[in-house]
Amino acid sequence: MTVLAVAEHRRGELRDVSHELVSAGRELADATGSELHVAVVSGDVESFGDELTREGVDAVHTVDYGEEFNHDVYVQAVEALADDLDPQYLLLPHTVNGLDYAPAVAERLDYPLVTDAVGLEADGSLTVTREMYGSKVETTIEVESDHAALTVRPAEWPAAPSGGDATVEPFDVSIDEGAVRSTVTGFEEAAGGDVDISEADVLVSVGRGIEEEDNLDIIWDLAEALDATVSASRPVVDNGWLPKNRQVGQSGKVVTPDVYIAVGISGAVQHVAGMKGADTIIAINKDPNAPIFDIADYGIVDDLFEVVPALTEQFGG
Amino acid sequence: MKVLVTVTDVAVVDDEFEIDGLDVDERYLTYELNEWDDYAVEEAVQIAEDVTDVEVVTVTVGPERSEEVIRKALAKGADRAVRVWDDAIAERDLLDAETKAELLAAVAREEEPDLILSGVQSGDDSFAATGVTLAEKLGDEWAAVVNQLDLDQDEGLASVHRELEGGVDELTDVELPAVLTIQTGINEPRYASLRGIRQAQNKPLDVKSLEELGLDGSALESPLRWTATYEPESEGEATVFEGAPDETAGELAGVLRDEGVGQ
Repeated sequence: MTVLAVAEHRRGELRDVSHELVSAGRELADATGSELHVAVVSGDVESFGDELTREGVDAVHTVDYGEEFNHDVYVQAVEALADDLDPQYLLLPHTVNGLDYAPAVAERLDYPLVTDAVGLEADGSLTVTREMYGSKVETTIEVESDHAALTVRPAEWPAAPSGGDATVEPFDVSIDEGAVRSTVTGFEEAAGGDVDISEADVLVSVGRGIEEEDNLDIIWDLAEALDATVSASRPVVDNGWLPKNRQVGQSGKVVTPDVYIAVGISGAVQHVAGMKGADTIIAINKDPNAPIFDIADYGIVDDLFEVVPALTEQFGG
Repeated sequence: MKVLVTVTDVAVVDDEFEIDGLDVDERYLTYELNEWDDYAVEEAVQIAEDVTDVEVVTVTVGPERSEEVIRKALAKGADRAVRVWDDAIAERDLLDAETKAELLAAVAREEEPDLILSGVQSGDDSFAATGVTLAEKLGDEWAAVVNQLDLDQDEGLASVHRELEGGVDELTDVELPAVLTIQTGINEPRYASLRGIRQAQNKPLDVKSLEELGLDGSALESPLRWTATYEPESEGEATVFEGAPDETAGELAGVLRDEGVGQ
């Protein structure tokens, strides 16, 4: 039997999640006595293919068609690969591009789909662990089927080390261009501007808990007292209260300051992806169960509207 | 032109809660319009304001409870609503993306919209797969995680930005009819006006059963079983300061000074 993982790349580089899929895939392959195959579609498939011969990979398939991700091409290519390899499990990344083709592939192949897996257990049947309610609970879903398509959350599995000895083989697919009904015309950097939060040593980062735009004053005051830079989680930027270049997280910037003070930020996985590399993480939040406390070094469980001004005062603000 | 918007009410869990069986105890849940759908509704209403002769129809899979958020969408400017529900659906504890898309597809086949807008995901179970599954079932084109949309009706094209990771947008042209999954931040959702809320009471809201959609129980069949729900063990090793705000702030200030902050 076979487990098939599909790599992800963008603008000439394989993305980290590709190597994490190899680790997750190897885990499943070991549990089911299967081979792990990896596929890469579009781009510089030759060099991608070499890079994907990681430990634990049995075979790499390359589909040489076009440069960048196009979901219509990916759906056709992965469907053809699945027809050929009949994989028991299909592992795809739970990324913006993964979400743009995984559901369509699963539908075409008639594979049940479970998204955003954070744990996989194949013991007779497959059990997938995933989160609900913004990481407040974990749930398990059992798949009563011989096949499944799974999207795997980035940064949950370690990257598989390089140095495997898999064969790299071109896979021929005749892409039906009439069925390609979307065209990628370019890319745009969304987060330019005057401040580069990724350069800051100290960040005071504000989230949904601030409630209203006018309340941001207490954040600016604290940042000034600490000689820190202000950043934000997604809801604050979505509301237009701070510009996109101050957004920390998966769709914003990845920051690694010495000190990161999260104020009124619950710590959704997309946010944590952007700041978990900070040396010291401090969380101020009234919800003791907020996931931010799982990664914080220091915390205060209280009303930010009382704690933040009191902290500013400590620094003469 | 017709725009169909999927609208769902999502459960939000209180800070403190208990689990009862497979789900959080109902006492700790409140329901609200799914945040992503709020942006999708706004986008549809803005299209209707920009272009003449656009009808905005919402579609929901949900119990009677969900009419509260449906009325909210109508108050914001949608023209009418369809709600799908059935005793057989109520019996299911897991409504996975494929099943939901199957139900939505039945409505879409009746409505024949030019454009379907759906939130990227729902805030509770976050499958993030319903919109693209729906597109595939209908044979429509699609784009996931859209944070900018320009419609060219003459060309039958939607030019979109897809919000990739790391502050990069992908620019893509998509042929209509299409399903677009809408990301938060694409617009500024309006608040319903009092006039809108009054008008919403008189807008059509049709409830459809499986049978009325030409479906039978097989539409609900799924190989996925929800088997357990639990609170994750906290991996946290945070030092949590306790006491009055000036005390905790004082202790935190000590930590910050040790780190060399604010010196």
